[in-house]
Formats: sequence, structure tokens, C-alpha cells
Amino acid sequence: MSAALATQTPNAIAAGLVIDLALLTLLFIVAVNIARQRHLFAAVMLSGIYSLLSAAFFVSLDAVDVAFTEAAVGAGISTVLMLGGMLLTARREKPVSPRRAPVAFIVVTLVGAALVYASVDMPPFGSADAPANRYIGEEYVQRTPKEIAVPNVVTAVLASYRGFDTMGETTVIFTAGLAVILLLGIGSARGGRAVRDKEEEE
Amino acid sequence: MDHLILRVLTKMFFAPILLFALYVQFHGDFGPGGGFQAGVIFAVAFILHALGFGLEATRRVMPPRALLFGMVIGLLFYTGTGAAMMALGGNLLDYEQIAPHSTHHAGQHWGIFLVEFGVGLCVASTMLMIFYHFAGREPEIDSEDW
Repeated sequence: MSAALATQTPNAIAAGLVIDLALLTLLFIVAVNIARQRHLFAAVMLSGIYSLLSAAFFVSLDAVDVAFTEAAVGAGISTVLMLGGMLLTARREKPVSPRRAPVAFIVVTLVGAALVYASVDMPPFGSADAPANRYIGEEYVQRTPKEIAVPNVVTAVLASYRGFDTMGETTVIFTAGLAVILLLGIGSARGGRAVRDKEEEE
Repeated sequence: MDHLILRVLTKMFFAPILLFALYVQFHGDFGPGGGFQAGVIFAVAFILHALGFGLEATRRVMPPRALLFGMVIGLLFYTGTGAAMMALGGNLLDYEQIAPHSTHHAGQHWGIFLVEFGVGLCVASTMLMIFYHFAGREPEIDSEDW
């Protein structure tokens, strides 16, 4: 990563900075609007836009696999599922009592200050000495061409080195689907066999 | 006819989305993507169909019963691949057993291919199944009702 940065011209770095700043500003504006929005349909749509913007930001951070997942799941599926969920409940958020506002403001300020304080200690972006790029991460990058011979290291880690984890994740998705079927009912609402209670038959 | 532009566009995009999902599925070890993303994109094509043509039409194209089988078979494909490696004399999910004498790790390629197929099938069926259940609770809604 640092090697890639070193080979870039100053113009390319400046262009990247402008894109990053534009994306982060848009993310901020959308986030503020989600928080201020009382109409749930608008809030769901804005959160889809938020996911799409963060996917674009992940691309600029060179995390293409994460960006792909964010765009497909965050902007695609979850927006639709949120809309579906919203149909089953209310269309508008309940008004919040203004007496709680100072408490919320203090909590948000404290957490924000803690995050900014923590970010001072973070290694520079793309640094070769960052813990994320050393130890096991470095090991995977070095060993994948020899042991797995798959060009995409992310896939090698996901499906082979951490194959057991991914098996668990697939089971989690399966279980989530099963839970939805059990809770919302496979034979109810529309389609499927209707289950009739005995009292109804009498 | 209601939503004419939406329906024409849905028909135009349906097949390319499925094709893109298959590309992401089978190209996952060379570029970004893999079974999870491919499964979601595959499900999105049918969700788009349901948004344009109504849930009943989509249920005729992809019945919920088939999805139930897809969920189970997808998961069993993954665990089955893992267990087959044990039957071949290795550890669970030790793909080298598929082609132990290969000089370019063909076993790893096949193992990742099979496992990702299981993930893709399971994720696509589960996502669509969840959507069916959320969307199927409420009958057709008017455009003004949002």
C-alpha cells in the first residue's frame, strides 16, 4: 500500500483527497438528515444512499471486497427489507421528548471526543508497520501464492484458511432465514397451506 | 397499465443481473466477490421482479418451496464438501485431498469453487425467502400509502 502511494504523482494524490473529502462530506450530510428525519420512508431511502456512499468510500480505501458487500447488502437487500418491515409497522417515528436532548448531546459529545482521541494513536493509512498489515495479515499475503495459488487473497483467506469460519457464517445466514420462516410463518398470510384451528371448524 | 417504465426496465435488467451474479460467483477467486455477494445479487434480481410485477408473479417464477430446498442444499453443499475431505483421509475442509498430487494446488481451486457454490445457493435462497416473508405479510399497497 505504501509502495503504491509512493509511485503516485502529486496530482493523483490530490485528486484522491478531493474525492475522499467529497464522499465524507456527503456521508456527514446524509447522516445528519437521517437523524433529523421523522418520516420513516425517507429515513430508509437515505440509509440506502448512506450505504452506497460508504461503498464508494471503501473503494477509495482499496477495500473492493468490502465495498462490494456493502453495495449489495447495505444499499440493496437491507433497504428493501427495511421497507418491507416498515410496511408492517408505522410510517412515522414517534416524537422524542425534548427533555432528553441534553443527555443525548452529552453522550454523543463524549463518545465523539473518545473516538477522536483514539484516532490520534492510529498508524498512518496504508502504513506497512500498522498491526493490520503485519503478523497474520502479512503471513496470509506471503503464503497464499505458494499454498493456495488463488489470485484473490481475500477469497483464499475466506474460503480456505478460514473455511471453518465461513461454514459457521453460512450456518448463521441459514439460521436467520429459518428464524424468519418460523416467526413470520411459512404457511400463513398469503400462499402455502392455511392451518385452521379446531374451534373454527365447529 | 401502471408502472410501465418500471416494468419494461425490470424486464431489461433481469437477465443481466443474473448473469452478473454468476460472474461474481465464478470469478470470485480472481477478482473481488464470491458466493456471498453473488447470492445477494442473484436474490436482488428476483426482488426487483417482485417490486415491478408484484409478489404473486415472482412466486410463480420462483416458488418458496424451491427456496427452502435451496437453503438446505446450499448449506449441505458446504458441510458436505468439508466432510468429503475427511472421507478422503484429510482434515475437515482440507481441499488438498481433492488433488493431492497436483503441482498447482488444483484441489484448493476445486474446494473453493464447491464451497463458494454452496454459500451462493444458501445466501440467494435465504435472502429471497426472508424477502418473501416480509413482503408477503401485507397485501398490495397503493402508491399513495407510502
